Amino acid sequence: MTDGLPPLPSLPGLDLPPLPTLGPVSRQVPPSGARRRWLPAEVTAIRDETATARTFRLRIRGEAPDRHVPGQHYDVRLTAPDGSTAQRSYSIASAPDRADEVELTVELIPDGEVSPFLHEEIGVGDRVELRGPFGGWFVWRGDTPALLLGGGSGVVPLMAMRRFWHDSGERVPLRLLVSVRRPEDLYYRGEYGSETTVIHTRQAPPGDPRPAGRLSADDLRPLLTGGQIAYVCGSAGFSEHASQLLVSLGMPAADVRIERFGPG
Amino acid sequence: MARLGFGRGQLKDPRLPPGQYDTGSSFPVLTAEVSPRLTAQDWSFRVDGLVDTARTWDWEAAHRLQADTWNGDIHCVTSWSKLGTSFGGVSLDTFLAEAGVKPEATHVVAWSHSGYTTNLPLAEVTGGRAWVVWEHEGKPLPHEHGGPARLLVPNLYFWKSAKWIGGIRLLDHDEPGFWEQRGYHELGDPWLEQRYTGD
Ligand SMILES: Cc1cc2nc3c(=O)[nH]c(=O)nc-3n(C[C@H](O)[C@H](O)[C@H](O)COP(=O)(O)OP(=O)(O)OC[C@H]3O[C@@H](n4cnc5c(N)ncnc54)[C@H](O)[C@@H]3O)c2cc1C
Repeated sequence: MTDGLPPLPSLPGLDLPPLPTLGPVSRQVPPSGARRRWLPAEVTAIRDETATARTFRLRIRGEAPDRHVPGQHYDVRLTAPDGSTAQRSYSIASAPDRADEVELTVELIPDGEVSPFLHEEIGVGDRVELRGPFGGWFVWRGDTPALLLGGGSGVVPLMAMRRFWHDSGERVPLRLLVSVRRPEDLYYRGEYGSETTVIHTRQAPPGDPRPAGRLSADDLRPLLTGGQIAYVCGSAGFSEHASQLLVSLGMPAADVRIERFGPG
Repeated sequence: MARLGFGRGQLKDPRLPPGQYDTGSSFPVLTAEVSPRLTAQDWSFRVDGLVDTARTWDWEAAHRLQADTWNGDIHCVTSWSKLGTSFGGVSLDTFLAEAGVKPEATHVVAWSHSGYTTNLPLAEVTGGRAWVVWEHEGKPLPHEHGGPARLLVPNLYFWKSAKWIGGIRLLDHDEPGFWEQRGYHELGDPWLEQRYTGD
């Protein structure tokens, strides 16, 4: 897919200064064109990632949706017996190997409305509704060197990128940094290779030469190889801190994409 | 499966558009880009395009205009709403009156000092429907929420309320902005749940 420059708002005959722009875009109209519909999906597997995060494998029934691009999300809708509904967005964790099956990883927010229901009530064989895939900014098509920085559940869309990269032969350089509080908070344990650095902010595992502490410039410097697009996903605090560090280390702000889970 | 009615058994607040929940006292921060380090001294607001006179206000000039406060509800496309909140600044009508809007203008592109853009029909930002704001709940607008100044268009999803606002350009046609070029709806009316392209 080619990224063209965005059409700048212009008026023939008027001499106006160019507007600032965040750089190249590709217009992300769904390939299938029309309005996305809610599709029934069946839970086919559930896996615990940590004590508070669970991965749901979903098989989408009926018409096949568009295959996702790593970094995109689905909206999930739940309907109660009285007909009331709730919907939330969840990043896709799986590689885009098939269009009709996706994995979502959901962190339990104890006083939340939707995530406790997904954790405590949904089982294999149950159905939810999905709409998507959505998102055209925080996406990686596997054709540029990438630096992925994830904090907490922010690692989910980055894992889709990492899995895609691995499945398609690791053709461009990719670096992943995962920030967790304690060793037991790490999602997707056992799946990382030498491309990944895990840093611990509260409690480091025994024998780790890096003492527990907040992400620092020293953690990032070795991961900067030049020519990378950075993808930063996590809490507001993590995203702000990590993205400012990247810029302070010389990465152009226009090469840093942040997912704080969608537009406002 | 299935116990439970969603909505925690509460009567749904009539101020909440469909699919939204009340985020209470919190004010989530959503940003797609590196936050610019913009101070009041660096900030300016420009109105150009189809106007009689393109104009730029710096911080002090903007603060000499008729101040205004707005009280009401804001809605983010990611499903949270913040009810009964207040912002202070200047109505966009005041800026537009000083620049003079040409009759052929139908749309605007609002842009940020960061490079972010978003499109709006002119009718959605005139007649007391949009503000340039620098206060939230009586205090200076925090940097992460777009301080020193952001646009406020509370009738539409909040991605239209561009943070770190730098100006608006009046056009005789519609030009999709940052999110609108990336799968989100052209208008973004929360009451019609216009979230994504085609909704
Ligand atoms: C594009 C996108 C991608 C995302 N990807 C992921 C992902 O991969 N994994 C993931 O875990 N999450 C993800 N999220 C976040 C997810 O959508 C939900 O926000 C999250 O699961 C919490 O939802 P919830 O219904 O459990 O909590 P909510 O009910 O939304 O509650 C969140 C907080 O708000 C407060 N609150 C909400 N409603 C009320 C109320 N009526 N009264 C009082 N307090 C209230 C609660 O105190 C709670 O702490 C993503 C979001 C977006 C937009």
